Amino acid sequence: MKLSLTPAAAERAVDIDLASSALRELNAALHKLTPDTNETYWRIANPAGRHAIAAGLDVPVTVEIDGPVGYYCAGMNKQASVIVNGNAGVGVAENMMSGFVHVKGDASQSAGATAHGGLLVIDGNASARCGISMKGVDIVVKGSVGHMSAFMAQAGTLTVLGDAGEALGDSLYEAKLFVRGSVAGLGADCVEKEMRDEHRTLLAAKLDAAGILGEVDISEFRRYGSARSLYHFHIDNVSSY
Amino acid sequence: MCGIVGLFLKDPKLEPELGAMLAQMLDVMCDRGPDSAGFAVYGAGAPGFVKLTLRGPAGTDFAKIGAEIGHLVTPRDTHAVLSVPAAEEMAARTALARIAPDIRVVGAGARMELYKEVGLPADVARRFKLDAMSGTHAIGHTRMATESAVTTDGAHPFSTGPDQCLVHNGSLSNHAGVRRRLAREGVSVDTENDSEVAAAYLTYRMRSGDSLGEALTHSLDDLDGFYTFVVGTESGFGVLRDPIACKPAVMAETDGYVAFGSEYRALAGLPGIDSARVFEPEPAKVYFWDRAA
Repeated sequence: MKLSLTPAAAERAVDIDLASSALRELNAALHKLTPDTNETYWRIANPAGRHAIAAGLDVPVTVEIDGPVGYYCAGMNKQASVIVNGNAGVGVAENMMSGFVHVKGDASQSAGATAHGGLLVIDGNASARCGISMKGVDIVVKGSVGHMSAFMAQAGTLTVLGDAGEALGDSLYEAKLFVRGSVAGLGADCVEKEMRDEHRTLLAAKLDAAGILGEVDISEFRRYGSARSLYHFHIDNVSSY
Repeated sequence: MCGIVGLFLKDPKLEPELGAMLAQMLDVMCDRGPDSAGFAVYGAGAPGFVKLTLRGPAGTDFAKIGAEIGHLVTPRDTHAVLSVPAAEEMAARTALARIAPDIRVVGAGARMELYKEVGLPADVARRFKLDAMSGTHAIGHTRMATESAVTTDGAHPFSTGPDQCLVHNGSLSNHAGVRRRLAREGVSVDTENDSEVAAAYLTYRMRSGDSLGEALTHSLDDLDGFYTFVVGTESGFGVLRDPIACKPAVMAETDGYVAFGSEYRALAGLPGIDSARVFEPEPAKVYFWDRAA
């Protein structure tokens, strides 16, 4: 994977055990970090599904969480790399602006919701509404995504190596969706589109960023996008709004 | 918001721990529902006997009531379990209504006991000594009221049939219509609560011959709104989420148990959770586990 720590960085690791330390203190300490901090690698033990772990970071540090996290982990992330060695609850990396979030297990609903930038990689499955209202983030899901993924997605890419659930890309704007497996159904105004060279290049770049270029055959993916018929109100479409 | 927990044991060795495991799960879910709490535990039953769970005002002398009716009574805070030969259930209910009209029968069944009260869920569990209870399966609820008042009657679980109970996170939009339909079928719903309508609906379906799984499947057509249900019967435990999956749900399964929580946090303290299969139940898919199967 992308992240590789030098031994020196690992030696400087700040270890926090949430079984004995308060989550608020951890997040406050992370928020206090300055861009020139030497505390660039944080290891968090015993998260036990707590909410909002490592939310609101704005420094180029790495936070590695050893276990399952609850809601909004790495929410609003800027610059930081957040790695979850486990499952993530609702809204992981929601409203991320930049940086990198890697969930090594499954993600719950609304992963990457409204996120403007950065890269979200989910090794397992993501459930419903993955990438809802995404605004520029790149999301790569190695498993499958649930229903209504990329609902009203405005910009960015959603790449799914597995299958997509019902109503993929409903009311889609300009986000680009790549799905390798089956799609249970397309939402209103979402259509399959031709996969041209420029799209293959784009997809390759996203797979490369996620560290899996060459592991999957790009020709197996299909592209979905907006038919652009719901952008402006039209009385004939009234039942689709 | 509300929190739901449920536990179905596959390993009989865990049965003495059932109450302690559920109490810990309820405690974590206080954040999701600090108004009131309740739980149903499927413990030991005596062949030929029915357990009536009674609820009375604080200070009720349950021992005296039991003695007057002539049946064994086991008090727990504001509740008590009256053990009655099945053939004498109606007579006992009639006697109760006469001797102690302010006592309500909140649950009945061969094995189910049901407790609920207003207050912080951790305190409610402590008052009823949940951590010392044993059994095969149990469900619990922490309530943040949205559709009806914060009262003990409005707390979950709701029981509308023998050994049947339901906890609900969400809100039903067509409960008034379903309530009228059930009334025409002779099924009464005691409270104004939408969740009790769901419980009564399932009771009605099972009374008409449905299995728990079939009853849950029918509810996908007949109940409208947001819901995650966890339902208990004498031998089983079922889970259903609405087709939109509005309300959260996470489950864990090991060789020893199947556990349900509104959030993973509720499951984090269970034995062997690190190696459990953790998954989110799919929307509009009926899940149930049955001891008889």
